[in-house]
Amino acid sequence: MSKIHVTTKINGDPTEFLCEPDETLLDVLRDRLGMTGSKEGCGTGDCGACSVTVNGRLVCSCLVLGAEADGVEVATIEGMADGDQLHPLQRKFIEHAALQCGICTPGILVAAKSLLETNPNPTEEETRYWLAGNLCRCTGYDKIIRAVMEAGKEMREAS
Amino acid sequence: MALDSKQVLDTREFKVVGTRVLRPDGVDKVTGKARFGADITAPGMLVGLVLRSPHAHAKIKSIDTSAAEAMDGVHAVVTAADFPNIELDDFTADVRDNCLAGAKALYDGHAVAAVAASSNHIAKKALKAIKVDYEVLDHVTDVDEAIKPGAPVLHEGGGNESVPEGSSPNIMARYEFGHGDIEAGLKKADRVLERSYKTEATHQGYIEPHACLATMGPDGQADLWCCTQGHYMVRNTCAAILGLDQGQLRVTASEIGGGFGGKTTVFLEPVAMMLAKKSSRPVKMVMTRSEVLRATGPTASSSVDIRIGMTKDGRITAAAAELRYQGGAYAGSPVEFGAMSAFAPYDLENVQTIGWDVVTNRPKQAAYRAPGAPMAAFAVESAIDELAKGLGLDPLEVRLKNAAREGTVASYGPTYPAIGLEATLRTAKDHPHWTAPLGENQGRGVACGFWFNFGGDTCVSLNITPDGTVTVSEGNPDIGGSRASMSMMAAEELGIPYEKVRTIVADTGSLGQNEVTDGSRVTFAVGLATIEAARAAKREMCKRAAMVWGIEPEAVEWKDGAAHPAGPNAGTHPPMSLAEIAEIASNTGGPIAGHHEANPEGAGVSFATHMVDTEVDPETGAVKILRYTVFQDAGKAVHPDYVEGQFQGGAVQGIGWALNEEYIYGEDGVLQNAGFLDYRIPVASDLPMIDTVILEIPNPGHPYGVRGVGETSIVPPLAAIANSVSAASGVRMTDLPMSPPKVLKAIQDQ
Amino acid sequence: MVKVKIWGSLAAFTDDQREVEVEASTLRELLQGLGTSYPGLKPQLERGVSVSIDGRIYNDSWFQPIEPESEVVLLARLKGG
Repeated sequence: MSKIHVTTKINGDPTEFLCEPDETLLDVLRDRLGMTGSKEGCGTGDCGACSVTVNGRLVCSCLVLGAEADGVEVATIEGMADGDQLHPLQRKFIEHAALQCGICTPGILVAAKSLLETNPNPTEEETRYWLAGNLCRCTGYDKIIRAVMEAGKEMREAS
Repeated sequence: MALDSKQVLDTREFKVVGTRVLRPDGVDKVTGKARFGADITAPGMLVGLVLRSPHAHAKIKSIDTSAAEAMDGVHAVVTAADFPNIELDDFTADVRDNCLAGAKALYDGHAVAAVAASSNHIAKKALKAIKVDYEVLDHVTDVDEAIKPGAPVLHEGGGNESVPEGSSPNIMARYEFGHGDIEAGLKKADRVLERSYKTEATHQGYIEPHACLATMGPDGQADLWCCTQGHYMVRNTCAAILGLDQGQLRVTASEIGGGFGGKTTVFLEPVAMMLAKKSSRPVKMVMTRSEVLRATGPTASSSVDIRIGMTKDGRITAAAAELRYQGGAYAGSPVEFGAMSAFAPYDLENVQTIGWDVVTNRPKQAAYRAPGAPMAAFAVESAIDELAKGLGLDPLEVRLKNAAREGTVASYGPTYPAIGLEATLRTAKDHPHWTAPLGENQGRGVACGFWFNFGGDTCVSLNITPDGTVTVSEGNPDIGGSRASMSMMAAEELGIPYEKVRTIVADTGSLGQNEVTDGSRVTFAVGLATIEAARAAKREMCKRAAMVWGIEPEAVEWKDGAAHPAGPNAGTHPPMSLAEIAEIASNTGGPIAGHHEANPEGAGVSFATHMVDTEVDPETGAVKILRYTVFQDAGKAVHPDYVEGQFQGGAVQGIGWALNEEYIYGEDGVLQNAGFLDYRIPVASDLPMIDTVILEIPNPGHPYGVRGVGETSIVPPLAAIANSVSAASGVRMTDLPMSPPKVLKAIQDQ
Repeated sequence: MVKVKIWGSLAAFTDDQREVEVEASTLRELLQGLGTSYPGLKPQLERGVSVSIDGRIYNDSWFQPIEPESEVVLLARLKGG
């Protein structure tokens, strides 16, 4: 199999890579680019641990081919903080103890950021349904939902 | 040194303990920097993959690996025959056979061979090139079927000396607990309930699949990085299986993406080490989700028969349970803990439990949060609820009337010291949740739960740095915020700010033996060792201050982060802070550290009461959780956020067990739902907020009164939800999970 | 002499007694004494047991003192998840 040359932008950085035609974006991120913040919990789009955005749209990177990243903008957990300034969601997750083991956290943060960009003032129910594709086994989601809603509140007040 | 029973409980006003500080690994985990099992790499590493049995039960007649070995890019192929021929104890021999099958493949997904290749593609092709000649055998996956005469036999003569002669060869052990006379007790009852219950196997469902990276040199030195609940256990088990000196194998625990008991054993690690040895290259292995579900430990499925007698006023006169747990293809289901814990919350004159450990053609069970207890509590708490309702009694009052308290002889033998069950029941009764109105098709259920907790081997090393900050090294992977708790206890004891302490999880070369992160032991046992290590450092710092002041060390006391002269002859020296003592450590005898190695016994037992409201859709049988409150005794909550998190997480795992999660096997004995789409764990939209009430009845076995909190919270939910569903729909569900088709059928049949 | 309560299925190896007496002042002496007096218990003792002494559970500590009047209960070896 010959490899495909891909030119893309990841977290604003121009990036090129070669990948197999059947290689997922998640594998490219993790194995070729060393960006292991996106996690593989299932490889079948059920757990959301690999959530990234492609041109602003929330996707499971395990269901996207690396080759599909050509010419698009990809955003991952690694690009969420602005230098040493954590995103309000990241801060609220720490403050609210919204993580225990932390394996699902990157995916949930990426998904939650996408929620607040789409709907800056979500209800608890809207938050729960938006995050229904992100599995967490430790927390029972309680503190996650609180952290996301608190972050939304802070972001609304700041804007 | 064992903690003696005269340990003085510290009742001072805490400054750090009990606050909600930020966890030290928080930033790494919200930025994607934290390195979990699959995030570790090594130069030149190969990809290791496992070939798994497609059959539930088959004799392995031969394995031909020659074609795979001949492929370009394939650097090693291993089978069970590659394990060194070492005599192992029964337990470890089973672990080895589970890592790579010997004579028989015992379940769908059982590992039979493994390859290491230069790429994932090549490794996959190599797996296909391995030819295994199987003789397929009859199989059995149901616990009750497995003990019927004529059932397929997994291991001839496998049962131990406790199994009565003439029993099914699939019974590995029998346990019996209790006291009194059941039949006499039942005669005194106004009502006797006999009921049978079943629960399906559920998986711990950690989101991080098992992963490891192994290197092994020809000099016998090896390194292993892996996600595990206990890297010392990994070291000892791998060293035993591979015939290595424990000291030559260094294991480093990565961050761990959930475990819940499922990462208290090894699956990949010995295989990766053999591949690394054979290929002379680092080998990384990462399981797929399907492999996790097919071949790593779910908990046991159960079948339980209950007999309970109750008087008209709600007193239990006798209680008996017969429990059959299948723990997969090897001995060791947690049925003894089911049998010991089933009636632990109650003060009973006549009680008997009998447990049968059964093998079937399913994956070897692994511990799952309070192993064995939730299924037993499901049966017992459901039966008590049904009896109370039948007699027109309040289910909380009935539990209070029969509640175990200080002085009660537990159903498993010992007499309880001060325990918190009654407090959880009374708090539940006074909580607004108990009297909140309910709507149509809605119901409320309660149930109690119990777990033992324990301590175990523990080492902590605490170092004072030259600038007066503190590092703590512990040997237990941090699975839910324990580094924060250790830093808090060290800061509390030293009288310095929490931010001045950093706790790390050290590798196996850096500390002595540490028991696995399990049994709700870490905050208790590692916390105790951290406190003792801090006390040792304080003693040394008082000595150094005494040298400077020219007084006796006994004339120095430590308070508020500094040495103070104390007593009549100590003089009037100004206090020396920790930082001041640290700064001159080189001049007063060298670096200052405290360490503590112990096997702390005396972990306190733990009780909880859960209350849940559900709504049952009479048209679909779907159950919705409307409101949930956990009442649990934490002894002393070191970090209340993470105590609440344990309560909430346990409750929600219980909700999944009660409503959705199950292992579904086809007629062919093949697992039909080996993925998160079909093995459905609770998602955010399934749930309400989980309310928690932390009670603090100090454990006298810990200097701050801490007791483990992690496990008890999964024990009550199964029955609490079944009782709630019964109240909402009028049907008594005795078979988990209470999935919509089952509930609907029960409603239609009533 | 210390009175030791054992669990029901072990009584098959103690002449059907659910409580046996052993000369012991420590946990180690207790476990050794049980094995010597009732060899049928040895396989279980080797697989591992926990022992409750006056309501507190001990897994390993050989030299944990046991008073003659202590309540001693043999338990299946505790594990956790």
